[in-house]
Amino acid sequence: MKPFTKFSSRIVPLPIANVDTDQIIPARFLKTTSKEGLDQQLFYDWRYEADGTPKPDFILNQPRARGAAILLAGDNFGCGSSREHAPWALTQFGFRAVISTSFADIFKQNSLKNSLLPLVVPAEAHAMLLQAVEGDPDLEATVDLESQTLSVASGLRIQFPIDRFAKMCLLEGVDQLGYVLKQEEAIAAFEQKRSVSINTLA
Amino acid sequence: MPKTIIEKVWDAHVVREQEGAPSILYIDLHLVHEVTSPQAFQGLRKRGLRVRRPDLTFATADHSIPTHDRSLPIVDPIARKQLEQLEANCREFGVPCEGIHGKRQGIVHVIGPELGLTQPGMTVVCGDSHTATHGAFGALAFGIGTSEVEMVLATQCLLQRRSQTYQVQVDGVLKPGVTAKDIILALIARIGVGGGTGCVFEYCGSAIRSLSMEERMTVCNMSIEGGARAGLVAPDDTTYQYLAGRPYAPRGAAWDAALARWRQLPTDEGATYDKRIHIDANTLTPMITFGTNPGMGMPIDGVVPSPETRSDPQERESLAKALRYMGLEPGKPLAGKPVQVVFIGSCTNSRISDLRAAAAILRGRKVSPSVRVLVVPGSQAVKQQAEAEGLPRIFREAGCEWREPGCSMCIAMNGDQLQPGEYSVSTSNRNFEGRQGKGGRTLLASPLTAAATAITGVVTDVRTLL
Repeated sequence: MKPFTKFSSRIVPLPIANVDTDQIIPARFLKTTSKEGLDQQLFYDWRYEADGTPKPDFILNQPRARGAAILLAGDNFGCGSSREHAPWALTQFGFRAVISTSFADIFKQNSLKNSLLPLVVPAEAHAMLLQAVEGDPDLEATVDLESQTLSVASGLRIQFPIDRFAKMCLLEGVDQLGYVLKQEEAIAAFEQKRSVSINTLA
Repeated sequence: MPKTIIEKVWDAHVVREQEGAPSILYIDLHLVHEVTSPQAFQGLRKRGLRVRRPDLTFATADHSIPTHDRSLPIVDPIARKQLEQLEANCREFGVPCEGIHGKRQGIVHVIGPELGLTQPGMTVVCGDSHTATHGAFGALAFGIGTSEVEMVLATQCLLQRRSQTYQVQVDGVLKPGVTAKDIILALIARIGVGGGTGCVFEYCGSAIRSLSMEERMTVCNMSIEGGARAGLVAPDDTTYQYLAGRPYAPRGAAWDAALARWRQLPTDEGATYDKRIHIDANTLTPMITFGTNPGMGMPIDGVVPSPETRSDPQERESLAKALRYMGLEPGKPLAGKPVQVVFIGSCTNSRISDLRAAAAILRGRKVSPSVRVLVVPGSQAVKQQAEAEGLPRIFREAGCEWREPGCSMCIAMNGDQLQPGEYSVSTSNRNFEGRQGKGGRTLLASPLTAAATAITGVVTDVRTLL
């Protein structure tokens, strides 16, 4: 995983509550056996007509979304299915942070493993951000994970919380599987103590 | 200090807890399916890793698998490749797999319990958000993403922070026509789809105690729809009776020892929870959803709520958007609304008791000619049992389609899907936009409500047919 660095970008607002991962990437695209090529399928049914032409009203089809790396989402973003295809599609489109008042648990974990920052802000700050970005579509924000601050060009500066371990993993690009593999001794010791078990090979 | 069952199971599986880091939790059972595993196996290959404990791992094909005649070829080449990839991956890594032609194939959350793989006090994971189903046995069962599938394949461990504990106490007696599905839909309607975020539910109370194992699975299954990480029910004699004699359940002296261990699991007197809610089962009615998330539910004799009644602007807009998608008018009842499809199946409601309940309503009746009715058993074992009881004949004579086991129209990956604009009363777990097919409109309900609706062709309160 690449280390997560400070960046600035325009903000794409999608202020809808409870956006589920079936919207982020519909299930029919999950027949793939690869992680790649999912950017086209991001928000597919909100983004395209039945014949595949882009819906001009949808925010991701507007010029302001081009090159943008911050999504300003509604409450409880990423609920529903555990599909990691959701953060894969978001990052392949170019997003590096999603801002919301809260995230569904599995989506949050999946995002952290793919260098996508789930950035939690209080409801008042969320409302101010939304107002600012609706007033100025070109408004830029800077995400600084090191200092846990989101600074908006309009002068707004928001401190955001993040789990200490998750922060370290993002900043240093630590691969969590690698971290657990290093615990081999503890895992083996635990297995020695395990008295009972199923055996699916029996 | 008194502990909840959630804390007991957690504590018994901590491999390591370090200051500032999530716990490393040992996993007793890892269930695998074709959709969320290919990239995980590919990850192992890239790193040169093996599956650490194939003996604690079990795979099956359920999401992409067609539910028509299994002797026919799979026409969707992408689905076929994914299904073949699962079998190839399992062969390469030594993981037991019930694939396309497996005699024990079925929906992963149906076969785990019926094979006796799921047992009290276990930690269970699967790359699937409905893994909480296994919580019905007093197991701590988490849905995980593909990176975590790879981690568990490689290390048999999960990195996880402790969740909050949330007691869901349901007391009283369910009235005729009211089912386990209505309990969970009522809970989610009360707390919302984010109400359980960061929590593990423990379902308890006299109404939960009186549920069968299959009914408890229905309740636990939809914990994720309330936002919870997991949901469980402490084991009791109902649990042990269900488990005894199942293929992977312990036998003889091992059974006695297991029983002694399992009896220690229930929450201690005086243990406290971070959150609690109480539901009176006596007052519950059959539930149905009207919107585009499972929290948008109401009693079947109610009316569709108006966005104007919501004070929070985001919530108001969400509800308005949902009603536009669903083509429903505020203030109108749902009962009497014509539907084009009825789907009876999914990891929520495809077990033998669900099929028996639907068959009891459909026996000797005909489904409305304007409705397509799909009945999809959860597993080969459920299918065989249903056949032994003559249920397929009842379904076919009524005018239903009787299918092969799989997730089918719950997730609409396998060709079973709604057409744009169609309404379906479904026994599945999600009514998200497009979930059952692009433009399809899902009304979630119990197998009883689904069967009643199949007969009349309009949303029907089953209590009028009892």
